Amino acid sequence: MTALAQRVPSRFLPVLATVVLFVLTFGVGSARYEGFASGQVIANLFIDNAFLIVLAAGMTFVILSGGIDLSVGSVVALSTMVTAAGLRAGWPVPLVVLAVLVIGSTLGLLMGLVIHRFDIQPFIVTLAGMFLARGLCFVISVESVSIKNSTFRDVATAAIKLPGGVTITYNVVIALLVVVAALYVLHRTRFGRTVYAVGGSESSAMLMGLPTARAKVGVYVISGFCSALAGLLFSLYMLSGYGLHAVGMELEAIAAVVIGGTLLAGGVGYVLGGLVGVLVLGTIQTLISFQGTLSSWWTKIVIGVLLLVFIAVQRTMVRR
Amino acid sequence: MKNRLLWPLLALAALLLLNLAVTPSFFALRMQDGHLYGGLVDVLKNGAPTLLIALGMTLVIATRGIDLSVGAVAAIAGAVTCVHIGASGDAGTAFAGMALALVLCAVLGLWNGLLVAGLGIQPIIATLVLMTAGRGVAMLVTEGQIVTVNNTAYRQVGAGFVVLPISILISLLVLGLVAFATRRTALGVLIEAVGVNPEASRLAGVRSRTIIWTVYVFAAVCAGIAGLMISSNVSAADANNAGLWIEMDAILAVVIGGTSLAGGRYSLTGTLLGALIIQTLTTTVYTIGVAPEVTLVFKAVVVIAVCLVQAPKARAALSFRKVAVSS
Repeated sequence: MTALAQRVPSRFLPVLATVVLFVLTFGVGSARYEGFASGQVIANLFIDNAFLIVLAAGMTFVILSGGIDLSVGSVVALSTMVTAAGLRAGWPVPLVVLAVLVIGSTLGLLMGLVIHRFDIQPFIVTLAGMFLARGLCFVISVESVSIKNSTFRDVATAAIKLPGGVTITYNVVIALLVVVAALYVLHRTRFGRTVYAVGGSESSAMLMGLPTARAKVGVYVISGFCSALAGLLFSLYMLSGYGLHAVGMELEAIAAVVIGGTLLAGGVGYVLGGLVGVLVLGTIQTLISFQGTLSSWWTKIVIGVLLLVFIAVQRTMVRR
Repeated sequence: MKNRLLWPLLALAALLLLNLAVTPSFFALRMQDGHLYGGLVDVLKNGAPTLLIALGMTLVIATRGIDLSVGAVAAIAGAVTCVHIGASGDAGTAFAGMALALVLCAVLGLWNGLLVAGLGIQPIIATLVLMTAGRGVAMLVTEGQIVTVNNTAYRQVGAGFVVLPISILISLLVLGLVAFATRRTALGVLIEAVGVNPEASRLAGVRSRTIIWTVYVFAAVCAGIAGLMISSNVSAADANNAGLWIEMDAILAVVIGGTSLAGGRYSLTGTLLGALIIQTLTTTVYTIGVAPEVTLVFKAVVVIAVCLVQAPKARAALSFRKVAVSS
């Protein structure tokens, strides 16, 4: 490990640790259960967690800037609700998609503006956003609304064949495109570098003349947009809109980002870490379903424990 | 001080008057079998768990912390007690179960304290761990089922009456004890000192770690008692939904009451008012006939309004405008 540590730049170590964890959990599964180490199981990890991958990408931006967004789960629920209600009212699909993305981004913009202009803690503002989005779901409908639109159903059930008999859905393609776009924005644009700078030290970034205001508000717009997109993917996955969809999903997204090695203090982390974090969570869920006798609530406990371990490790690294 | 409580008081009065306008009999109280019934009593009874959790949260927030795990802890307390009671109708078993649950909650509080004070992890994240894992633990205890009990002694905690509902009496008792312990001794000042600057207060000889530890244990025990009330009121433990989002209600109550989220300043009376406002708001939404789930929208509006009123920048903008108008 020390030889490895010398060759790899130390800033990649947390992500690398997560990759090792992923390989380990997957290895344990492959060793214990027949049929675990198949291409389709890996593909299913992506299919079942496509929306979480998108959420984690958006959340990475917010956490890198030193903030936090608790509203993402509720915005996902609101997006499924708007999608389902819009389609039920007979809106054309492109209009529904546009409406959902605009609503999500606008909510993000509003929260970002309040956080920045009035200097209120992100935690409490996005908490209000969380209440607002959930409440708006129930304003549209208290009941679950199923999606019957044929275009939507076709996209949801369409399978893309990959070599080796593995199939994936369009959701996976969209999620991976989002990750690529996020990588580009974070590492190849001024905005991305400003986000890192703001997370490292906001006052230094401002003294350097960087547009900190734009970055601070921008990350919430990105997170809102990603949540809306994740909501669209989630409605493709569930084929329904419901105000109680995605309860607690913000915690899963934060957990994935943290497990992926992003520092909660801001300024350090990678989008790919979040992706691997999601895969780790997905593998644990798959493991538990393969085990059969363990109940689903063990997932929550294991996620909690993993979160704890990674935070504790981060803590010791920061101290050093 | 008076000025700070003025707005919450006015908000509460406005909400109560709105209720009076919609249901003229809202303020009517009547005695029946030695119990007091009426709209106001309902508000008190349903608001008791929120008030209790908000009390614990007030002290945690005063040390510049936050405890997101209280809802999960409440669920665990209900689950442990109901599983312990099982089919027994015996009062002794009920009390043993409750004692067991509260001891466990204190341990969970110690755990949160360890993460925050011992390891120095940000409070939001440290308590997020228990918030996520705690629901899983509660489900583990109940084995994923909703456990129902039939125990008269246990039922008293959440649904019993001694003229007033027992639950609100417990909450008010805790409020009195906390007020005494923090305002009649140095404890309150020490808590505020830790909230203003933990490092400086440590250098000044305040044992800040012990204080932080104490407030998290207190918050967890309060959450545990609230969990007992919630579960006892329906004589069942629901690991998934008991105390869901109650941490948000509690934080809201604390913020409305004028306690600063930046720590170092808190008001117990404010928290009492805040909890009453939250509960009255919920009741109002019920009585004016909007779907209860929509309450969340109103709560969101209240949070933002209160935060804006508290934020120094927004205040500066407002007072600037006032000056501009008057000149």
